[in-house]
Amino acid sequence: MTVGDLIGKGIFQVVEEGDDLSREITGIFCCDLLSVAMGRAPSMSAWVTVMGNVNTIAVATLADVSCVILAENAQADEMCLTRAKQQGVTLLATEEPVFEAALKVHDMLHG
Amino acid sequence: MTPANIAGMAAVKGLDVIAVTDHNSCKNCPAVLAAAEEYGVLAIPGMEINTSEEVHGVCLFEELQAAMDFDAYVYERLMAFPNKEEIFGRQLIYNTEDAICGMVQNLLINATSISFEGLWELVKSFGGVMFPAHVDKTANSLIANLGFIPPDSKFVTAEVKDLTKLHKVRKENPYLEKCRIISNSDAHYLEDIHEPKLTLQVREKSVKGVLEALAGGI
Repeated sequence: MTVGDLIGKGIFQVVEEGDDLSREITGIFCCDLLSVAMGRAPSMSAWVTVMGNVNTIAVATLADVSCVILAENAQADEMCLTRAKQQGVTLLATEEPVFEAALKVHDMLHG
Repeated sequence: MTPANIAGMAAVKGLDVIAVTDHNSCKNCPAVLAAAEEYGVLAIPGMEINTSEEVHGVCLFEELQAAMDFDAYVYERLMAFPNKEEIFGRQLIYNTEDAICGMVQNLLINATSISFEGLWELVKSFGGVMFPAHVDKTANSLIANLGFIPPDSKFVTAEVKDLTKLHKVRKENPYLEKCRIISNSDAHYLEDIHEPKLTLQVREKSVKGVLEALAGGI
């Protein structure tokens, strides 16, 4: 499933589309501590978190994830949005809790 | 942003006291303190530590050497994750001549293995004072990251980024009723340095005087 496919399902709000809709999503990663995420988030994963600050985008770039999904209606602050645009990072959002959001992606990947 | 232009800007703004608090590092304190002395500004050596819970705490020290000892203690406990300059920028160290004399290898914005619990005592053992930074923010703050203020906390000063939120934050966290509340520019860029709009009553205008006020609560 690509980032574009995920967006196409219409279950997440698109905060920032990013610059590579053809990027594959091969797994899911859930974590809010950025210091853990930067070393452990697998490349090409969909990263589900409630942390919507500028460093989230830096870590997403560093870990080379395919997209970031902000769960629990967590808001990306202005710096975060600016950086996501600059770096071409796909940023999605949902009111769902982290587990449910991740489960939806999981079902799409393996269902 | 070099030590000399930080001190120079502080002097132009008419600030009495500044504190230099890089993330997880005191390595630029010698340079800033030297430059501030030239400009007649009082500078306090310090650090904004990132705890294992990713809570940011401001640590200020009476003695430069103690700050440097604390720096060594923290660096040993910083996640050994190399900085990527293209993402996080350069981590330069300046000397007292305002020239670059080194670079920090591991990413300084990262968490350390030092817990918030016990941090007040730890900093005190280095002759310093700790207070939680920007407790009203939704990221890297004591309240956002731990969910509440641990009731056995020792700190007596807390920093609020947006003072208009103070009433609400205090209502939700009665621990803060007994704290001295301060606010600062948290300037990451030269242009972010505030005008001298907030004051702190001190017994004497010295590093010791400021630290006493911050360690004494209200």
